Amino acid sequence: MIALEHVTRDFESPSGATYTAIADVSATIAAGTFSAIVGPSGCGKSTLLNIVAGLLAASRGTIRIGGEPLRGVNRRAAYMFQQDALLPWKDVRENVALGLTLAGTSRREAAERADAWLARVGLAPFARHYPAQLSGGMRKRVAMAQNWIIDRDIVLMDEPFSALDIHTRQRMETELLSLWETANRKTIVFVTHDLEEALALADEVLVLSAGPASRIVSRHAVPLDRPRDLLELRTTSAFVDLYRAVWADLREEVIKSQREKPGA
Amino acid sequence: MRDRHGRAARTTVLAWQLAVAAAILISWEWGVHAKVLDPFFLSRPSAIAARVVSWLATGSIWRHLIVTLEEALLGLILGAVLGIGCGFGLARLPLVARVADPYIKMLNAVPRVVLAPLFLLWFGLGIWSKVALAVTLVFFVMFFNTYQGVRDADPVIIDNVRMLGASERQLARHVLVPSALTWIFSSLQTSLGFAMVGAVVGEYLGAARGLGYVIAQAEGTFDTTGVFAGMTVLAAVVVIVSAGVTRLEKWLLRWKQA
Repeated sequence: MIALEHVTRDFESPSGATYTAIADVSATIAAGTFSAIVGPSGCGKSTLLNIVAGLLAASRGTIRIGGEPLRGVNRRAAYMFQQDALLPWKDVRENVALGLTLAGTSRREAAERADAWLARVGLAPFARHYPAQLSGGMRKRVAMAQNWIIDRDIVLMDEPFSALDIHTRQRMETELLSLWETANRKTIVFVTHDLEEALALADEVLVLSAGPASRIVSRHAVPLDRPRDLLELRTTSAFVDLYRAVWADLREEVIKSQREKPGA
Repeated sequence: MRDRHGRAARTTVLAWQLAVAAAILISWEWGVHAKVLDPFFLSRPSAIAARVVSWLATGSIWRHLIVTLEEALLGLILGAVLGIGCGFGLARLPLVARVADPYIKMLNAVPRVVLAPLFLLWFGLGIWSKVALAVTLVFFVMFFNTYQGVRDADPVIIDNVRMLGASERQLARHVLVPSALTWIFSSLQTSLGFAMVGAVVGEYLGAARGLGYVIAQAEGTFDTTGVFAGMTVLAAVVVIVSAGVTRLEKWLLRWKQA
């Protein structure tokens, strides 16, 4: 589904020096799987995701989506951002319907389908509220509906729940999984710095090395049964064993990144 | 009397505002009465009020007021259209913006009063020379705010809307314009004040009608009561119109209130 071939991305600093964020990354992600990318902060996880989204061009290398080389914005992907990305001047219903409106769906049909999604994420009574009137968790639910309504094959998620408190976060993770497991399974690429979250959600975890010039250190399959009970899962011995195995890799990179940026 | 944020209630503020006005007016009137202040230079509140009332009673003020409002409104609309258009254009064309930058700064630095005689020459004694003056004032406020508003649009929201399938035109319509509108509406009060200033200063320097003309006429005959009465009418109109603008702004930016 998603194939990265020797993808490198350089950034030029204002002083003219070149900073290589990711270097020579090659990987394939199968259709319908849930992959998580973990790595220490500043390791180029978001850069990698933005390249797959087509929001950022690779300096070298090719990205293929379903065999086709990617040019410009990835029209087969939806993207859920870490920051608030809802349009503050549109109400909840308009925000959810936005992707349909942009595609030229009639106002009435877009509103009906948006309402169906709002009911699904439990926000039906808030259709006419503005984002500023919602809590952080509710805004994330709106963003989820906004991204799922356009029904793309791929959903890219960049630490979407990192700003939430732990309980809201677990609820959102559960909702994400039930959404993914019940709908026709989309290809999900989920970036996080939290290994526990990655293992709880994904089929496979990719560990990225500390920056600069990040690369994929290792890939770990997560053979845990679905549907998963996220409230119980984290204390099972299978989960703890997996955590230990992947943490052995990730730990090295975290230590490296801390050595390079003292005090960071 | 205070809400939980420690703010005084609205009625308390209003009461204090009225008290301040009353204090100033009473001491002014008393000062003239006690011969501390010379009514030739300062007139007196009772005389000014009587003048305003007689203007309203005879209806002589209305045609002047309407002309001034017409000029200000035309200046506001034309200035807004030009300013918003240019602001939007330059924000989307960075190269043009960089070329135009020094010229815009130079033009904005020109004191508008020196332009007034030129506009009188170009556009005549009628309303258009005043409209032109108002436009030069409103344009820059609108221009800078639109430019800033478009450039200030949240890059994450832009990326999000792109991913949701927006074309460049849709991006402008759903993100850049609304983002700029918040800046434009916040500057509407300033623009409105400038439009009135442009109209009145234009009339003051050469006209046959309008509040500025009324004030200039009164000054010409050392009629300080007429000058203050003209200023009073002008101030009252601005307060009423800006209250309307505040309500419009509140409604248009209703999504901002959490």
